[in-house]
Amino acid sequence: MAILIDEETRVIVQGITGREAVTFTRGMLDYGTKVVAGVTPGKEGQEVYGVPVYDCVKTALKNHEANTCIVSVPPAFAKDATFEAIDAGIKLINVFTERIPRADVIEMLALAKQRGSRIIGPNSLGMISPRRVKLGSIGGPANECDKAFTPGDVAVLSRSGGMLVETCSQLSLNGIGQSIAINIGGDPIIGSTFYELLPLLERDPQTKVIVLFCEPGTVQEETTAKFVTETSYSKPIVAFIAGKFVDSMPGMRFGHAAVIVHGEIGSTKAKAQIMKEAGIRVVDYHSQIVTEVRKILGEIS
Amino acid sequence: MRLYEFEAKNILAAHGIPIPRGRVIDKPEVAREVAEGIGGPVALKAQVLTTGRGKVGGVKFVSSHAQAEVTAAQMFEAKVKGYPVEKILIEEKLELKQELYVGAAYDEMEKKRIMIYGDMGGVDINEVSQKHPEKIGKVLIDPFIGFQPYQAKELCCISTVSPQISKALQSVMLKVWEIFVKFEATLTEINPLGVTKDGKLVVCDAHIEIEDDALFRQKKRLEEFDIKEREDKARPPTEFEMKAAEIDEADYRGVAGRVTEFDGNLGLLIGAGGGSLTTFDAVLNHGGKPANYCEVGGNAPTRKIYNLAKLILAKPGVTGLAVITNVYSNSRVDFLARGVIKAMVELGIDPKSYPLLFRSAGAFEEDGYAILRKYGVKYYGRETPMDEAARLAVEMMREKE
Repeated sequence: MAILIDEETRVIVQGITGREAVTFTRGMLDYGTKVVAGVTPGKEGQEVYGVPVYDCVKTALKNHEANTCIVSVPPAFAKDATFEAIDAGIKLINVFTERIPRADVIEMLALAKQRGSRIIGPNSLGMISPRRVKLGSIGGPANECDKAFTPGDVAVLSRSGGMLVETCSQLSLNGIGQSIAINIGGDPIIGSTFYELLPLLERDPQTKVIVLFCEPGTVQEETTAKFVTETSYSKPIVAFIAGKFVDSMPGMRFGHAAVIVHGEIGSTKAKAQIMKEAGIRVVDYHSQIVTEVRKILGEIS
Repeated sequence: MRLYEFEAKNILAAHGIPIPRGRVIDKPEVAREVAEGIGGPVALKAQVLTTGRGKVGGVKFVSSHAQAEVTAAQMFEAKVKGYPVEKILIEEKLELKQELYVGAAYDEMEKKRIMIYGDMGGVDINEVSQKHPEKIGKVLIDPFIGFQPYQAKELCCISTVSPQISKALQSVMLKVWEIFVKFEATLTEINPLGVTKDGKLVVCDAHIEIEDDALFRQKKRLEEFDIKEREDKARPPTEFEMKAAEIDEADYRGVAGRVTEFDGNLGLLIGAGGGSLTTFDAVLNHGGKPANYCEVGGNAPTRKIYNLAKLILAKPGVTGLAVITNVYSNSRVDFLARGVIKAMVELGIDPKSYPLLFRSAGAFEEDGYAILRKYGVKYYGRETPMDEAARLAVEMMREKE
């Protein structure tokens, strides 16, 4: 078992006829993900690699069983598409779309909360439970996914999609597999932050260690540290914080929309300190993630 | 996109919030005439997109109108925190008895909008929040209900202003909320909101930031206020950065840009988002001197990579290049290799003898490595960690010295 996705995951891709969605639909099908339908208004009756396309999520649900949606539509329509998925009763929604206006994002998240749906993203490339199932474009084509991701007991959560793959690739090369790998999204406001996923991982019997790939900006890491302390979180956490140089360049944006430091707020220095105080093992170099995880796995067994 | 003070004030005024009498000038010759029109002592405020200009000579008060022209001329000549001064706002000098704060923003962790009132204005609100928490009121707003009059009333409970002013203050709060939502701002702040000696509220300084990602549906509204779309950075972009931005904008597919210039000798072609942050840190930690920061990813086509590589390689002072990316899943290693080699060949650089470090892996890696082998370039794949590749690049530069 892993969290959020498993063999029972049945996916509808909203915006399936778009350039990127066509590519990642291929990747998901090849990886064995059950993509049961796609939605693009006005294109009902078409197919994408054999996946039938419908105008509406509800029509798709009349013809297929599904429990998960991927939203990959242009930013201006992302709120509506997400509302549509929530209203259709979908409980897991992975929002792939980047650059959705904040005003729309907070409404998407508020409605999801009211109706008991979980949103991963926006600006998330997806997630993968190695050799079982994957959502979105994470890892690229299926053969590339097999090189980077291997099954095991480390959960990896990352604010960066590319570095999620890199981190898992490093772990896999060193014989350490993953239970789940999630790109939580690079935006300042997202549906599932680190600390909102930690409770699920704590209950997951497969997960023994958690790795967090952190970036400057927002107070997500700080809030996570507080959560770990307050709940006496039981599983070991290793964290790497990229972009330390950003601390000395306040007001400048680097990389993701959320990567901007205002004075002390959002600085990697502040993050590292509070995370260490919470007992999270913060490493200086990315390659030390492997060393630290191996050490912990040795201690556990 | 941050608005200039005068633009923000125009919006506030159009919504019925009082602003000081004043006018914007773009040359010193008209300063005297404008000052005379206002009458009495005036303030000259440099219009620059940065905070804290008052401390570095960006705000000056004059009592004689002839002096206004002299001061304006000096202000146009000087730079404020590196920004050239193209416009000056001349305003009546206000006599205040109290300064307040009203702001609307996003609370990222609560995932909601927030309204903030400060019974103390004119200073950094975060500082007030820490030192005098009793003077700050905050309320999180339900996105489906919005900021309601009773919430404005509640925020005013901590206020020390008179009941009449309190009423006006609540009205200002509701208008700030209206503007914040309507213009899709990420911040709408009046700081300070002054209380004049005769008991009137007036906007002393205002700060509005419109969300970049919402500009596509705000164009018309901004045009009504004669506000043009622009990119803002914490400092003005350099020529090198502007050229890089052109390369990135020339093709909508993928990213090969987001360049920040540094003054080192090691050119960097790194990617993508988190990968660039990781690599840049590692280069610095190992004692390297980067010539630039950049991001390459999202399946950028060869042409874009080639143009960016050429720009970096041709940058004065660059004597080596490190191409380091995370394991690519949706970008192609062969595009990356081809772009770099093509740029070198065209600049007459021999890829075999030039200090070049290449570390990338993932989609189409075999095709990419084949190109590098053909030109005699040593490369590293996924088995070499990114920070190790950064260390090797720094070592390569040292050996050359």
